Amino acid sequence: MRIAVVDTSAARAAVIEEGLREAGLTDLHIFLERHGLAASLEACSPDVVLMNLENPSRDMLEETFALSRALARPIAMFVDQSDESAIAEAVDAGISAYVVDGLRKERIKPVLDLAVRRFQAFNRLQTELAEARSQLAERKSIDKAKLILMKKRGISEPEAYKLLRSHAMQTNRRVAEVADSIITAESLLGGDL
Amino acid sequence: MSLDHFRIGFLPLVDAALPILARELGLAEAEGIDLELVRDMSWATVRDRLIYGGTDAAHLVAPLAIATTLGLDRPPVAMAVPFVLGLNGNAVTLAPALAEAVCTPGELLDSVTLGQRLAALIALRAREGAKLRFGVVHRYSSHNYMLQYWLRGSGVDVARDVEIVTIAPPFAAEALGMREIDGICVGEPWNSVAVERGVGVIVNVTSHIWLRGVEKVLAMQATRADAEPEPVHRLIRALHKAGEAFIDPARFSANATILARADYLDGSADLIERAISDRITLAAGHEPLHIPDFMFQHREAANFPWASQAAWLYAQMVRAGHVAKSDDGYRAAQQVFRPDIYRAAFAGTDVPLPGASAKLEGGISETTGVGTVQGRLLLGPDRFFDGRAFDPDALDAYLAES
Repeated sequence: MRIAVVDTSAARAAVIEEGLREAGLTDLHIFLERHGLAASLEACSPDVVLMNLENPSRDMLEETFALSRALARPIAMFVDQSDESAIAEAVDAGISAYVVDGLRKERIKPVLDLAVRRFQAFNRLQTELAEARSQLAERKSIDKAKLILMKKRGISEPEAYKLLRSHAMQTNRRVAEVADSIITAESLLGGDL
Repeated sequence: MSLDHFRIGFLPLVDAALPILARELGLAEAEGIDLELVRDMSWATVRDRLIYGGTDAAHLVAPLAIATTLGLDRPPVAMAVPFVLGLNGNAVTLAPALAEAVCTPGELLDSVTLGQRLAALIALRAREGAKLRFGVVHRYSSHNYMLQYWLRGSGVDVARDVEIVTIAPPFAAEALGMREIDGICVGEPWNSVAVERGVGVIVNVTSHIWLRGVEKVLAMQATRADAEPEPVHRLIRALHKAGEAFIDPARFSANATILARADYLDGSADLIERAISDRITLAAGHEPLHIPDFMFQHREAANFPWASQAAWLYAQMVRAGHVAKSDDGYRAAQQVFRPDIYRAAFAGTDVPLPGASAKLEGGISETTGVGTVQGRLLLGPDRFFDGRAFDPDALDAYLAES
């Protein structure tokens, strides 16, 4: 079974590719570039096209598929409505699939399921990464605010942190938010930090 | 009071303004609705979220709501359109060299003259084996049908002599710049983006092809609209209020600033304001031209879903070869537009309600009073560029003539 993965994210395409390969599906073709996509896909002639839902090329490709005179005309996976919850899950995960007419459902289902799981894993990874990034950014601004307080008030680092924390508790804010406002105030007042 | 939650899908276009303003100006909340907007980059995805869960309603190209009901490329799902989000507002932009061959960039010719010149050029290029290629935003879009209507009405053999391809709106300028296409029919601000980059010249506007032609609609699943009508009534009342705010000249600039935000159109407020204020810069370096009613989102019951507008779209789908004509299909297409829901939503308000649900499209040559069940209503001209009219009760005769 030849599978084309069309994605706007090279990282996500790699995650999908890895999953499919592990499952023994090795006839894989990755398309990241919008230009010439229709022609490259036609030349590739895949049995299944997996595509991220937010890909702006979807309308263009569906038009191409509608006009396709080739025998193997891909149709939206959604045409098989026998399993609505699976379709809803795919949409929720952010994936769409096109399958050539006539390909047996029991051959497609595992591929789609796998792609959905990989998309979900990728989404989780993205969220975790974003959280890690914001935690790192918070720690940096807390360090910076501590430095400002130590310099202005001539206090030690633990004292500066205690001050930040007690102020955060009094004003019902997070320590990082208090730190941000200290940094903002300092820069507005012309500090050198 | 707990708010009813509505998720509405949209594409980054100026005519997504009403749902955006309904949320941002607190108009939805005032009607007890918590409006969440979901931006996508293709109509396919806007529709898939609407059909397979995720959203409750969508900003949608009108013919796609009909195609979805008819099941043209997905299993059929009955759609309901209780409210039209706007009329017209699209333009035809050509690559500068092509524009110079048919007009003087910066000037707006009448659609008949320009159509004849373009038709001659299209025929010439087809004979030379170098067919002109036009972009539209979706197979089942008003853009596609208005462009085809104009070209065919100007004498172009659309099936034989031109190529029409699909290009997502945000790529219009890039596709023109890279010569993937020779021209495009697209909504704002994407024509203006092409003009600003010097890769396109606006040569025509869809209001000059069919004045008051239906454009985007609010679409939802019919079962959903019928199961819980009351929140839908409140939603479309909020959208109607948003229309009032949209056309207020004192708000043009503020509205453009809201639409320009990263989570909405993520673009330039200056370019967005051009369409909002009907002042369009046709070619780079030229003064903006005032094109009255370039967009038409509120007055003259613009939001009323006339069944005859859906009928006209169905006729164009037949002409384009997208659907085989059938009585059942024609009836189903017209039933997508739901004047009954619109009337129920505005009963007892000061919003004028037409008495009829269909009209002779293209039949009004000067402002005319029409029968209402509530309030007074004057409708302005709704002419087609070729002067033809469309009678929804005479589809066969209409198709036979064309």
